[in-house]
Amino acid sequence: MASNSGSSSSSDRQRIAQQRLRIIAGHLQRSEDGDSSSTVLLAAECKAQESQKTAGCSGEEKTVPRKRHEIMKWNGWGYSDSRFLFNKKGQAEFTGKRYRLSGMIIPGLKDWFEGTFGASLQHKTPATPVLTSSSVPPPTLNEAFVEELKSTGIPFSLEAEDRVFRAHGHCLHEIFALREGKFGRVPDMVVWPNCHNDVVKIVELACKHNVCLMPYGGGTSVSSALECPPEETRSIVSLDTSQMNRILWIDEKNLTAHVEAGIVGQDLERLLNESGYCTGHEPDSMEFSSLGGWVATRASGMKKNIYGNIEDLSQFSDGFAVVNIVRTDNFFSLSLMPKAERLHQGQPPLLQDEEPWVWSPEVTMKIRPMPEYQKYGSVVFPNFEQGVACLREVAKQRCAPASIRLMDNEQFKFGHALKPQVSSIFTSFLDGLKKFYITKFKGFDPNHLCVATLLFEGDREKVLQHEKQVYDIAAKFGGLAAGEDNGQRGYMLTFVIAYLRDLGMDYYVIGESFETSVPWDRVLDICRNVKARIVAECKDKGVQFSPLSTCRVTQTYDAGACVYFYFAFNYRGLSDPVHVYEQVEHAAREEILANGGSLSHHHGVGKLRKEWMRDTVSNVGMGMLKSVKDYVDPKNIFGNRNLL
Amino acid sequence: MASEAVYSHRDPMLKKRDDFEDILEERRNSSDLRYALRCYTPVLYKGMTPCKANTLKSMVLQSNQLRYVISQVSKETGRATDDVREDALAILEEMAHSLQLSTVRFFAFTLSKVFKTLFRSICVNEEGIQRLQQAIQEHPVVLLPSHRSYMDFLLMSYILYTYDLALPVIAAGMDFMGMKFVGEMLRMSGAFFIRRSFGGDKLYWSVFSEYVKTMLKNGFAPVEFFLEGTRSRTAKSLTPKLGLLNIVMDPFFKGEVYDVSVVPVSISYERILEEALYAREMLGVPKPKESTSGLFKARKVLSEDYGSIHVYFGQPVSVRSLAQGRVNRCQFNLVPRHIPGKPSEEIQNFVNDTAYRLVRAQEENMVLKPWVLLASLLLQNHHQNQTAGQERGIALDELTAQAVWLRDVSREYGAFLNWPGVMTPSEVVSSSLSLHRGLVRICEGRVQLAVEQTGTGEPHGAVTPEEELLSQAVVVLSCASYRNQALHVFIRPALLASAIHAASSNQKQEVFNSFSFLRNMFSNEFILCPGATVQDFEEACYLLVKTRALQVTQQEVLVTERGQRTLAFLTSMLDPFLQGYQVICRFLCEEVADTLTEKQFIPAVRKFIVKHLLAGRLRYTEVLSSDLQKNALAALLRLGAVRKIKGAEPGTLKVNAVMVNSLEDTLGGKLPMQKAVSARL
Repeated sequence: MASNSGSSSSSDRQRIAQQRLRIIAGHLQRSEDGDSSSTVLLAAECKAQESQKTAGCSGEEKTVPRKRHEIMKWNGWGYSDSRFLFNKKGQAEFTGKRYRLSGMIIPGLKDWFEGTFGASLQHKTPATPVLTSSSVPPPTLNEAFVEELKSTGIPFSLEAEDRVFRAHGHCLHEIFALREGKFGRVPDMVVWPNCHNDVVKIVELACKHNVCLMPYGGGTSVSSALECPPEETRSIVSLDTSQMNRILWIDEKNLTAHVEAGIVGQDLERLLNESGYCTGHEPDSMEFSSLGGWVATRASGMKKNIYGNIEDLSQFSDGFAVVNIVRTDNFFSLSLMPKAERLHQGQPPLLQDEEPWVWSPEVTMKIRPMPEYQKYGSVVFPNFEQGVACLREVAKQRCAPASIRLMDNEQFKFGHALKPQVSSIFTSFLDGLKKFYITKFKGFDPNHLCVATLLFEGDREKVLQHEKQVYDIAAKFGGLAAGEDNGQRGYMLTFVIAYLRDLGMDYYVIGESFETSVPWDRVLDICRNVKARIVAECKDKGVQFSPLSTCRVTQTYDAGACVYFYFAFNYRGLSDPVHVYEQVEHAAREEILANGGSLSHHHGVGKLRKEWMRDTVSNVGMGMLKSVKDYVDPKNIFGNRNLL
Repeated sequence: MASEAVYSHRDPMLKKRDDFEDILEERRNSSDLRYALRCYTPVLYKGMTPCKANTLKSMVLQSNQLRYVISQVSKETGRATDDVREDALAILEEMAHSLQLSTVRFFAFTLSKVFKTLFRSICVNEEGIQRLQQAIQEHPVVLLPSHRSYMDFLLMSYILYTYDLALPVIAAGMDFMGMKFVGEMLRMSGAFFIRRSFGGDKLYWSVFSEYVKTMLKNGFAPVEFFLEGTRSRTAKSLTPKLGLLNIVMDPFFKGEVYDVSVVPVSISYERILEEALYAREMLGVPKPKESTSGLFKARKVLSEDYGSIHVYFGQPVSVRSLAQGRVNRCQFNLVPRHIPGKPSEEIQNFVNDTAYRLVRAQEENMVLKPWVLLASLLLQNHHQNQTAGQERGIALDELTAQAVWLRDVSREYGAFLNWPGVMTPSEVVSSSLSLHRGLVRICEGRVQLAVEQTGTGEPHGAVTPEEELLSQAVVVLSCASYRNQALHVFIRPALLASAIHAASSNQKQEVFNSFSFLRNMFSNEFILCPGATVQDFEEACYLLVKTRALQVTQQEVLVTERGQRTLAFLTSMLDPFLQGYQVICRFLCEEVADTLTEKQFIPAVRKFIVKHLLAGRLRYTEVLSSDLQKNALAALLRLGAVRKIKGAEPGTLKVNAVMVNSLEDTLGGKLPMQKAVSARL
């Protein structure tokens, strides 16, 4: 951390600090006297910018404009035109035209919603409709920095809307505060670098004038990583990367692409698809989250079984190398834990998520040819235990499809409630028949059965072969194939879940999801205990209604799995619901750790889970992290204070 | 919060206890057969269906833990894994219960008959039953009854059957297996048998612990065992055994269950069936081996009146909330959970503390009958008269007056006293005396212990003085076992009273030093939670100040005028133990030249004590109790005054004469107590 020791610091220390600063700036700059290839790259970058414009990929088509609030909600998830609501007839519908579910009536949602939470459509808690600029604290500006920035021509803004939009991620407490029209510390200004060199200039200026920089990508963080540290007295500048959204080159020989870090998932995929490629990285937030954010949090996409997690994808990035040392393939030798857990169990992390000193403006990543054939699928199991056993077997045989997820019974019912109105009598008849077959003929208890959703990708023949293999394993564990439709709806749920939270918040219901990774033998235990802990804590903290506490297994690894929990409750009758919520979530995380789960699988540590870092990486690990931070960023220019 | 759930130190008067319901009443008014054959559909944990005994066995055999240990044992011994597995199966066959509803129904029928003849009533707190029912549905349940009689576990199952609750599986000692037919009957009513000692047998331990854990984790049935390990022959609670408690908590520590509910159950008998049997056993007449024929000989007990039984189901205790902040469950995260390991120190301490708390929770809900108070008074009177050479016994009205006084004192101390409100005190006293007519005699309006006549227990009159002494001792020890029922109420104030008595001044610090010396000395004798010296001292002060027997200032502890009587009563309550420990110290100094074995200890010390008693140098016959002698030895071993050494025979003891001598002098008040304490520390 930056030391403001003042008088006591000797000139010697200052000199060292200066030197380190130069090192940072040096890392960000292309070496002037490098070999020819790097000069070529430098040239290529500028060209890429030009060529894209000439190629017709005009700037107007950008998904994320500078003024994000023009198309996105300032106090909720996603696009302004897409939201759930209960219409006059009391039926749920999803507005807009962007999604498969858009414009559809969802008849089952109301009953499920009222039944699960004890909520009522009579009791509304509407959000503050508009942002009142006057309630946003005025910016603390570093005049010298602003002056010099102006001269560079890099666009920036001091407007309240822009600043508020970049002051938060999507943690419950952040959204809740916005809906109430409350703002804490917000960034003092927002800058939009357009290319690598802009970033270099901004960082240089920030170092020179001692300004705090906070990179901002998609703004989908759920670890309080974007929260401005309240103790920060310097001017905070939000570095919005949304304009750095170009693919700079594609190397078809090596199947790599060099991409600017601000590109959001959907653009990256769309642009690559145009050339016949894909990354295959599809986190649930891929519409809005950015490549830079993925790299920083070590994101995990739903199809990681084929394409890998982000650290497997990103070969090396520009600026600082985000070295792929943490989640290598041989983690078995290091510990029993999958993924991030290895790091959390004493394996010192070096460049871990949201490193407060690493930010890479450009990333080189692996790409794959687009799959020829895609097929959804689903399997019903008589109970969760059987489902987990099946997933374990699939992982053991290393034949996991692109995605395989197991929802527990509560989540299965949730997914079921999201079924849109069917148009034909025939379909509803078929549904009824299916239900009859499973519950009556096969004897599955509707209150215990659970569903695994599958997604296969690849060439047609292989997919069909693969499909058979997986269904054969499932059959051994009492699983029944339950159709493509169920599978597809399962994945849809993950894309609309965040919109659903906004709906809940209109009716006294608050909730959140969190994840962990855990060894296979503990999957069932952790699911049961964490869910039970949530219910017990809610009761203990005075929540009047029983909460929704559900989980799903979303990723499989050789040694373990990623488990995702959803937790929501009706807060009527509570004076400080967010505090209660935070207490319960805290307790749930403690339970996860006590049951052998990791601090995080892919959401990252941020500020939300900082308190457990020392216990998970040990004092030595913390010391190493601190010394790296002190070495590369002694003045704490990248001052978001995450992780440490 | 968690600690209060098990035991609260503060004002015992405020404790709220449930009311009792007599379950025999219905049995007397309706058909036993119909009762035995009625529809029995208990609710199980999470709606589980009960598991067949064979399924359970195969689950245990296939468990990761057992498979691991089998392969380990096979590697160590060089035997084939299949052989070792056969061994494991044999152990399991020997151990496993085979609960059958038909047997349970048989017991329900016969026990109804038996109970109705033996007892006036069996009183159960129904609120406790309701709490238990709730607990069974939520989490795996462990039942921890107190253990005073063979009846205990049949009685427990009988009650649970009566209330349509899940029948427990019960850890029983292997000695029952000796009883041919009965052993199997018990097995079919839910008992599983464990060897008394299997210290080094890894395979046995593994089968046993996995068997218990499998039943518990899956919630097939509540697991029942006796924390005290064996029946308490003295009616004092015994130092808890930790092995099984450790096993049942393990699934929680390892995250295999969300929580475990532990339910302390206090079973109090107005008259214990084994009364005289226990006394003789402690006097060295060996315990008859359990045999079926022996059981039939015991038939004559059936013709007597044993008063009533009170069974109190305590508040279920959540292991999770007890462990909160005390046990870091992450310690199991790095090693596969099926690999057995020694519990960490943190866990050992936690289990130990919890065990003591649970035993205290049992004690606290023990119902005391008026006779318990009478027995305490009569015993004290017996010894005082013996020395003073006064007229034998105590006048009936004097006894009644004292009993009323003691009733009020014990209530203030939080005793769970069952003193019938509808009767006058003299009616209460005389009905108690008549129930225990074997132990007391009333002649010419004076009540005394029935020590003169030897006809009660022994058909042939005693001839030698030693035999006469022993037959007297049977009565005294029986009587003492009733007094002991009340010891947990008085022990802390009694330790303080004795400490005040022993301390050379009224300085609080000095009194505390004496208190802590005595407490330390007697911590094998009574249930005194480890490390709770200060709390116990404060509790004792609080009780005595509350009853205005003491005034405690910052510096001083002063006995009030009205406190003299209370303190005298309390000191004489502890006096037999104080004297007993002294005699044992003297024995070790005088009689043991160099070493002796543990086996020799009891007979030798008994001989020594008999000599002293006959010579009139010792007045407390109850010092003959082998229980007291063993406890004293354990204390001396713990304090390091006696050490176990590797001698020719196992269990050779070496006496540190200087230290034993100084302990004796300290107990006798010849040396100030803090010196002894600091010497030890």
